[in-house]
Amino acid sequence: MIARLTLRFVALGYLGALLLVPVGIIVWHTFSGGLGPVWDAITAPEAVNALKLTLEIALVAVPLNTAFGILAALILVRTNMPGKALLSALVDLPFAVSPVVIGFTLILVYGQNGWFGAWFVDHGYPVIFSTPGMVLATIFVSLPFVAREVVPVLREIGTEQEQAAATLGATPLQTFRRITLPAIRWGVVYGVVLTTARAIGEYGAVAVVSGKVIGQTQTLTLRVQQSYENFDHAGAYAAALELAVIALATLFLMNLLHPRKDG
Amino acid sequence: MNRLQATGIAAALVLVGVTATACGGSGTANGAPTKTINLVAYSTPEASYKELIPAFAKTSAGDGVEFTQSYGASGDQSKAVEAGQAADVVHFALEPDVKRLVDAGKVAGSWDEGPQQGIVADTEVVFAVRKGNPKGIRTWDDLVKPGVEVITPNPFSSGGARWNIMAAYGAEIDEGRTPDQARAYLSDLFHHVPVQDDKASASLTTFTGGKGDVLLAYEQDALAAQAAGEDLEIVYPPQTILIQTPIAVTKGAPPVAKKFVDWLFTPQAQTILAETGYRSVLPSVEAKYAAKYPDTSQTFTIEDVGGWDEVMASFFDPEHSVMQQIESSLGVSTS
Amino acid sequence: MAIALPRTRVTGAAPRGVAPGLAVTYLSLIVLLPMAALAWQTQKGGWSTFVDAVTAPDAAAALKLTLAAALIVAAINAIFGTLIAWVLVRDEFHGKAVVNSLIDLPFALPTIVAGLTLLTLYGPDSPIGLNVTYTRTAVVLALLFETLPFVIRSVQPVLHELDRDMEDAAASLGARGPVIFRRIILPNLLPAVVSGMALAFARAIGEFGSVVMISGNVPFSTEVASVHIFSQVSSDYEAGAAALSVVLLAISLTVLISLSLIQRWSSKHDR
Repeated sequence: MIARLTLRFVALGYLGALLLVPVGIIVWHTFSGGLGPVWDAITAPEAVNALKLTLEIALVAVPLNTAFGILAALILVRTNMPGKALLSALVDLPFAVSPVVIGFTLILVYGQNGWFGAWFVDHGYPVIFSTPGMVLATIFVSLPFVAREVVPVLREIGTEQEQAAATLGATPLQTFRRITLPAIRWGVVYGVVLTTARAIGEYGAVAVVSGKVIGQTQTLTLRVQQSYENFDHAGAYAAALELAVIALATLFLMNLLHPRKDG
Repeated sequence: MNRLQATGIAAALVLVGVTATACGGSGTANGAPTKTINLVAYSTPEASYKELIPAFAKTSAGDGVEFTQSYGASGDQSKAVEAGQAADVVHFALEPDVKRLVDAGKVAGSWDEGPQQGIVADTEVVFAVRKGNPKGIRTWDDLVKPGVEVITPNPFSSGGARWNIMAAYGAEIDEGRTPDQARAYLSDLFHHVPVQDDKASASLTTFTGGKGDVLLAYEQDALAAQAAGEDLEIVYPPQTILIQTPIAVTKGAPPVAKKFVDWLFTPQAQTILAETGYRSVLPSVEAKYAAKYPDTSQTFTIEDVGGWDEVMASFFDPEHSVMQQIESSLGVSTS
Repeated sequence: MAIALPRTRVTGAAPRGVAPGLAVTYLSLIVLLPMAALAWQTQKGGWSTFVDAVTAPDAAAALKLTLAAALIVAAINAIFGTLIAWVLVRDEFHGKAVVNSLIDLPFALPTIVAGLTLLTLYGPDSPIGLNVTYTRTAVVLALLFETLPFVIRSVQPVLHELDRDMEDAAASLGARGPVIFRRIILPNLLPAVVSGMALAFARAIGEFGSVVMISGNVPFSTEVASVHIFSQVSSDYEAGAAALSVVLLAISLTVLISLSLIQRWSSKHDR
């Protein structure tokens, strides 16, 4: 019992010091000037635009990465494709690539002097320093989450039930819908939450490929930085809090709707 | 059919993504067709443009003109325009950033042929110190006294840092030191720098956050920080460099962009710049603001220390240069 | 309608037909293409440029610091991550659901906001009187924050699926807690812990946003590789930036490939 309490104390203490205190600081700083400035900062047209853009980008990136993530997880666990180790590593790679490098390479490919940049610009859809480039960067950084969450679950559930279903004459899609999907749904849900959170919070890579045009290609994270450096601390902390609240709300909503067995 | 279904769903998802992306793209790319000026500038003039743009809109040339504004580190912004960001007017912290666009064919080589050589606003390198100047910082030599911590950004990523370094170097030369001695001073100075942020604005927040005794800053930035209520004092060193910030119109910009830039050189616009922290390039306006911008320092320009071409090659080349050697020496003599 | 299913290896939900192709195409467009551009940029300068850029004393120092910090962070994560996962799965207390949700916060909190808050918390004006900013400790702290979820999230599901019968059996045979942990739980958790560590390590060597704010970025002392790359890009030394990026990528890829090989190995030996 004492061992258990000690463990709990250490675990929660570590989390508190590393997570809660910093987040508490944001809240404290945001409201240190009262409610009025915070409300003004959040409802300023630039801030509203930044929020809209942030959500739009997430709305594109998350469904794409979810579909890809489930597919990739199935390939990784259920097939014997050659080069699977490489595929798995590639799925994880975006975790490991420095955001600066992501921005740098996107410009190498889609910048005006890059491989395909000129073609896109000629056809009226500039990629870099415009919304598509920011979407690409966001998809890149949030790519691994769904696959990463689904893979271990798929591995744990095994194939017995699926094989039984197949033996009973179920088509692959039926098997997937009736057996596999329900079994992996918590993995998918958590993957989606993480993907959303990461997509909303990305800064480095998006900063490099955004034109930083106020009201057009400025996301919330970029606004945090710009406001902070202009000594608009109220604006910076308000935007930061907004981001934290969106993230927390997503996390809690998921928990509320579908309480995890262990959570 | 099942396979088809699965494929269909996946394809639909991709399609949705692409369409949404394309919509977002066209929305930002087209905007208003004729009278829009895309302004791309370095970070600090943002506060000035907040006043300049409405004032321009009230002039006959500026009637109905809309602006998109983008602010960031000077070098980053210049690279962005080089790589294809839409820009009609560019305003940078230092000339090499315009030169990059001239080399890329985005700005005409004649950009600096106007009466002010394309320089729209001036400022100086100053010392920002803590309230009451507890370490008694007055001169460049005070910066390298034992126990003094100096904040300046990294010269390889920040344009502001390059101005700071050339100010220090020029000041030493001005005091009669040889170039070798001046370079030794720079090395000494950088051994007093505990933090090298990536850009000037980040250094300013590092300093106002409580780190360091002296910040090498743009006068305009330091004034803005003071106006925002930050507790710092400005010390004018005996010698300093005059920071000249260039502005240019890109090739293919609408005529109204040129009109805007021309207007920026009028007394009306220069007065706004002077009100928001810059030293005017018009003598008439400068005279009016003599009290706000004291002439206590012996100022020199980048030309006096060799001009940008020469300075960029000998001081800031990332592979072989004075600053590269100094940065490398940091690892040897401190630890 | 009636597709003849191959009778061998029927694993009902295995994707077939165009689906794998679709996934690979997507991955190629999003991940592989930019990486190819990076490789192309690197080879443009030739081998000697690459070697020069990577072995330059400041670049080498930045790499060393990055790797050392990432190793420390991975090790700390292994211990605390497992511990937290254990508490979250096996312990019961009020507010557990809340704590469980909070774990993912470092992913959600923009790195720049993380940097900002860590700066406020551990900076010169620290409300808790702990000033470690602009030191190597700060680098490790920032990385610890950013990589917190990896080990926890990889250990949690395994711990949850872990059959408690074995533990109960061991306990009924008189084994004590630590013994059960060492002999029964740890061997089962190890692949998940290692996998979480590898991800944390890989993430740590690339981190930029939070580190750039609180490390001080002094070459040879607190400048990490990604910040060094950033300053090289800024000073137009693209060959150097590309070379160092390639080294970071190669390290990450090696770690990640060995990780997936280990995973396959362990999953084969499971059954």
